[in-house]
Amino acid sequence: MTTDVHQLDDGAWISVNDSREVNVSDLWLLARSDFCGCETTDFLAEGFVKVGVDYPDIQARIAGQCITCGESGVTDWLTVGRVVDPDSGEFHGVVHESVHFPEKRTRLARPEE
Amino acid sequence: MPSKVEKWKDEVYGNEIREHLMEFAEKGWDAIPEDEHDAWFERFKWWGLYHQRSGQESYFMMRIGTPNGVIKPGQLEVIGEVAKEYATGPVDNPEFGEAYCDWTTRQSIQLHWIKLEDIPEIFEKLEAVGLGTQQACGDSWRNIVGCPVAGKDKHEHVDAWPVAEDLHETFKGNDDYANLPRKWKVAIAGCDEGCGQGDINDLAFEPAEKDGELGFNVRIGGGLSRKEPRLARDIDVWVPPEQAADVAHGMSALFREYGDREDRFNARIKFLMDEWGPEKMRSVLQEEFVDFELPTAGEDMRDQYSYNTGSQDGHNDHVGIHEQKDGNYYVGLNVLVGRMGADDVLELAELADEYGSGEVRLTQRQNIIVTDVPEENLDEFTSEPLLENYSPDPSPFMRGSIACTGTEYCSLSIVETKNRQVRYARWLKDNVELPEDHKDFHIHLSGCTASCAQPQIADVSLRGMKTRKDGEPVEALDIGLGGGLGDDPRFADWVEMRVPADEVPGAIKNLVNNFEDAREGGETFRDFVEDRDEETLAEMVEPEETDYHDPYMHNTKMTWYPYAEDDDMQSSPAPTDGAGEPLPSDD
Repeated sequence: MTTDVHQLDDGAWISVNDSREVNVSDLWLLARSDFCGCETTDFLAEGFVKVGVDYPDIQARIAGQCITCGESGVTDWLTVGRVVDPDSGEFHGVVHESVHFPEKRTRLARPEE
Repeated sequence: MPSKVEKWKDEVYGNEIREHLMEFAEKGWDAIPEDEHDAWFERFKWWGLYHQRSGQESYFMMRIGTPNGVIKPGQLEVIGEVAKEYATGPVDNPEFGEAYCDWTTRQSIQLHWIKLEDIPEIFEKLEAVGLGTQQACGDSWRNIVGCPVAGKDKHEHVDAWPVAEDLHETFKGNDDYANLPRKWKVAIAGCDEGCGQGDINDLAFEPAEKDGELGFNVRIGGGLSRKEPRLARDIDVWVPPEQAADVAHGMSALFREYGDREDRFNARIKFLMDEWGPEKMRSVLQEEFVDFELPTAGEDMRDQYSYNTGSQDGHNDHVGIHEQKDGNYYVGLNVLVGRMGADDVLELAELADEYGSGEVRLTQRQNIIVTDVPEENLDEFTSEPLLENYSPDPSPFMRGSIACTGTEYCSLSIVETKNRQVRYARWLKDNVELPEDHKDFHIHLSGCTASCAQPQIADVSLRGMKTRKDGEPVEALDIGLGGGLGDDPRFADWVEMRVPADEVPGAIKNLVNNFEDAREGGETFRDFVEDRDEETLAEMVEPEETDYHDPYMHNTKMTWYPYAEDDDMQSSPAPTDGAGEPLPSDD
């Protein structure tokens, strides 16, 4: 089955196959990121702006800010979890407290015009 | 390409949702196909039902839209009964008990922990007395706001209540405007105090005179959400009261046709106003959406506005005892953070009947007004024990507090809000002295950038954030200063960021003391802020720990309910069946 991914309620959460899986308000540690000047960005997720799938990864660009330096903006693509078996559709979230490496590109859940 | 929400709306939206909702309610929570949850929850909003946040699945927030905040005789009792019978969750709130009503900043009512299976009975009870939830949420005409004492107020030039009621009746359930690109917020007021808060609405009607006739000037494109606050802009149009609905038809049709349906973050009309400007907005309205010549703007009354201006000599809220134009009085009662226990609501309904006409009204400051009280009843009414908790003469810190729903129920919020603001207000009341000439001091706490508590138009603005304290993540607040409305409205300057929540009361105490020391002459707080740069102001906000204790410093969003003894997400009883019993999990 196709993995259905979208953000809802003004970007408050990411739905994967009609199940609420990833919420705002968590802190994510971002490394090798040009989001801000900090060596590691201590990033507060305030809203999911875009979601995408790069099988098996579920990815998102997230609006928020670094709570160390205050820089705010939108991240590059972050893997927020995986659906390893599309048939079962089961979502495995990443541990947001671990270190993450944002990427420049992914495939959008819905193509941009 | 239209957004996914637009696709769902194309399939089923508007009035027809009700039939499906009733069918699901009859069959129970499990009847909603799992792969259609998102679509149906998005649609249910149109009927005033918002699925509560993660950990509270199967429970809904229900919003009842009361235009202009008017709750007619007989309605408050039903609202209290519905809250008491149906708005109870698995765990009580430690400040407010097991059932309560929230009076909102849009003069509406919110109930929590509503079960799908109870909705038909609730609708029946509400609708029997003329109340309803239709379009209280979702992409359409929302509850119309205005001066809460329209038709009663001595400061009124045009009675806006019949116009508001006409707009409500015209646009509720109207299929032509049922599916807009995004929410559509309308304000109308006829008084010269500015308490309709038109400046922060999508469409605002404000009192104005043209060629000796009283009517309304029209402003478009206000709103506070998403770190993109905008003040509504004057489109140089005046309408007489009898044509307000025609202009409203035209403007909401314009929004329907030209609003952005591809990007919900860009859908509100404030962004179209950014793109077009007021001249184009007016010309498109004139050429494509109305069939009469729009008169140019009349002479407004904005220079008389006193509401939320920080001037300290005007009308900063509707709390207190005020004479109506018919010689009776209205008594504005302070409801701290807008939340009132169901038993208190029922008691107030009785008192409103006994001492007034039975009518009450909700304000945009989350308070409630008992109207039509004859002078001879005032002493006895204000001596009622209930008014000790809902005072017409409260501390400035109690009357000035507004808080949104927060992480207790809301998906978007970053921090706990209502219970925290209750604790803040009590501590500030006991520990901080405002300068003697400051009777009004507004502190608004919003859990996130959606700005439901309207933080940008407060003296002290608080917005949910996170920080680390001793290395551990804690709930925090950004602090802004000096926002307000009036002839010269301004949004708060955000001067001190990421203050741990337990240091905010100390910060406000230091700020108030520093203000008192540094102010020149009779300078008001708002003028004081306006005349100083952000750096100077930031130095005056000195966050520090005090004896204030904050029990909600941990990540309340990670709990299933922040006040449960076992608040771990895995301990949630949700989803539950119609009797509140946990349903078997798929795992």
